[in-house]
Amino acid sequence: MEHIIKKEGDMKVEGKIFLNEKLLKKVEDDAIQQVKNMASLPGIVGNAIAMSDMHVGYGFPIGGVAAFDEKTGCITPGGVGFDINCGVRLLTSNLFYEDIKLKIKNLVSDIFNKIPCGVGRNSDINLTDEQLDQVLSEGVSWAVRNGYGNEDDILHCESNGQIKNAKPSNVSPKAKARGRKQLGTLGAGNHFIEIQIVDEIVDEKAAKMFGLKKDQIVVMIHSGSRGLGHQVCSDYLRKIEDEFPEIISKLPEKDLAYAPLGTKIAEDYFTAMSAAANFAWCNRHIMAHRLREVFKKLFPESEMKTLYDVAHNIAKLEEHEVDGEKRNLYVHRKGATRAFPKNHPEIPEDYKEVGQPVLIPGSMGTASYVLVGTNEAMKKCFGSSAHGAGRVMSRTAAKKQFKAEEVTKELEKQNIFVKSASWKGVSEEAPGVYKDIDEVIKAVVEAKLANVVAKLKPFGVVKG
Amino acid sequence: MRFKYLDHTADVKFQAYGKDLTEAFENAVLATTNVITDVDKVKKEIIKEIAISSKTKESLLFDFLNELIFLLDTEHFIASEAKIKIKNNELKAVLKGDNCNNYKMTGDIKAVTYNFMEIKEDEEVMVQVVLDL
Repeated sequence: MEHIIKKEGDMKVEGKIFLNEKLLKKVEDDAIQQVKNMASLPGIVGNAIAMSDMHVGYGFPIGGVAAFDEKTGCITPGGVGFDINCGVRLLTSNLFYEDIKLKIKNLVSDIFNKIPCGVGRNSDINLTDEQLDQVLSEGVSWAVRNGYGNEDDILHCESNGQIKNAKPSNVSPKAKARGRKQLGTLGAGNHFIEIQIVDEIVDEKAAKMFGLKKDQIVVMIHSGSRGLGHQVCSDYLRKIEDEFPEIISKLPEKDLAYAPLGTKIAEDYFTAMSAAANFAWCNRHIMAHRLREVFKKLFPESEMKTLYDVAHNIAKLEEHEVDGEKRNLYVHRKGATRAFPKNHPEIPEDYKEVGQPVLIPGSMGTASYVLVGTNEAMKKCFGSSAHGAGRVMSRTAAKKQFKAEEVTKELEKQNIFVKSASWKGVSEEAPGVYKDIDEVIKAVVEAKLANVVAKLKPFGVVKG
Repeated sequence: MRFKYLDHTADVKFQAYGKDLTEAFENAVLATTNVITDVDKVKKEIIKEIAISSKTKESLLFDFLNELIFLLDTEHFIASEAKIKIKNNELKAVLKGDNCNNYKMTGDIKAVTYNFMEIKEDEEVMVQVVLDL
C-alpha cells in the first residue's frame, strides 16, 4: 500500500511511503518530516520515497530512497548514511539441518573465534597503503586476486562488488587509518552473522535459480564499511558544511547537508563513497571466506556459494525511465535494498530469468527473507525495496525491558544459539525492539516491490 | 551531574553539563566513553594530546568527539579524563585513559551526528549530542 504525502512548503515533489495501516501507526512524526525534507532537495526526480521499515535517521530517514537529476540535482552523505554500503551477503551450502544439528554450538563458537567482532578487535589482514588503495579501487576483485574466494562470488555481488569510478585518493588518511586493520571484521551494533535454515520455499522457480532448497543451511552476513566508511561520511559532511554555509543555513537539519552535482566536492564525495562501498564489499567477502574455512574444518564435504550480496546504504549513478524518457540519476538508498527486475542488465546471467535477489534480514532470532525484484519496483521507486525490520524501541528502553541473559535463554528455548561480544548488544538487539519483519515483508509484497522466494529461520547467531 | 542519557530510537543521545563550555566538553568525553564501557572503571594509564580548530562551536564539538572515535578505532584508546582548553573555536585537550580491551565493553560508536545537537550557554553550559551506534 502506498501513502502519499502531499506537497507543502518547500517540497518539490510529493512523498510516497510504502506502509500498511499497522506499520504507519508506529512511524515517528520526525521520520515523516524527514521524507518532506528529502522532497525539498534540489533536482529530486519522481517522489521522495520511504520503505515499509522506515524510521527516523540523520538527514534522510532510514528506509529513504531519492533520485536526483545528474545536472540539477545534488548528492548528500546523509542520504547514504554513516555506514556506507552496509549490506547483506547470503551464502548457500550443500548441507542440511540433519548434517549439522549436533555441532551447532561448535559452529557458532568457531565462527565467533575466527571472525573478529565487537569493539577493539583487529583483522589478521594487515594492509599496506598500496594494498588498501587496491581494495578501495577493486573491491571484491582484489580479494579474489589474492586468494580469497572465487570468480563466481564476484558475479553474484551487486555491481560485481566494485564501483568502477571509486577514487582512493579522495578517502582521507584518517578514514584509511580507521579501516586499515578492519578488513574482514564484523563490527558491533546491529551487525551479525547468522546460520539459518531454509524454512519455506514460496517461489519454486526462483528458489531453484538461486540454489535454495527446503531445510538447506545458509549463512547470512550483515556488515558494512566499518570505521573507514563512517569516517568518509563524517569527513564529507564537515567539508560540505564548511564549503557551503549558505546551503546549510537554510536546511531543517545539518545532517541533510548536500553538495550540488557538478561541483568538485560532489564528485569527491561520490568517488570516496564508492571507494568505501568497495571496502565494504571486500569486508563481507573476506568474512565469507573465513566462514567457508570454519565450515570446511567441521564439515569437510561442505561447499558454499554466494547467492548474492546487496548494499542497503549507498548512492549510485543509474539509468531509469522517467515519464517515458531514459535519464541518468543519482539514486540514494539509505536503509533500502536495490530490487531490479528480470532481464535487467545489472543482474547476474544465471538470475536474469527471475530477477535480482533481495535479501531482507529480520531482527535477531526472527525470520529473514529472500525476495526477488519486480518491474513495479522499477516504476514506483527506482527499483528499490525495504532492508530490514527497522527499530521501534530505543536502546535505553530495550536495556530496561530486556535482560540479555533472559533474551539468550528465550532464544535457546527456540533452539537459537547466540554468541555475542557484549551482553548489552544482545539486549539492545532483542527481537522485541524491532518492527515485526513479517509485517514489513507483507507491505513490500502488497506494494509489489518484490516477491517472496523463501523464508529463512535462524538457529545460530554471532553478534558484535 | 556530569552527563545523562536521553531516549532515542536508534542510537544514543546524551547531555553533558559544566560550569563553562570547557567543562561541558570534558564531560561529553566521559559520556562518550561510557557508551563503550563503564567510564568510572577506566584507568588513566595512557596520555593522548589533541589539537583541533573548527569554524563554529558545534563543528568543534563534532570534530572533537569524532577524534575520540578515531582513537578508539585506530589505537583502541578510551578516555576517562579530559583536560581541555578552548579559545576562539580552537581546542587543545589532554586525554587520559586506557586500552579498551582491558575492560568489559558494552557498545561501539560509528559516528558523531548533528542530529539534535545543541550547545546551551546560560549560567551552566549544556551540550547535547546524538551518537550513531
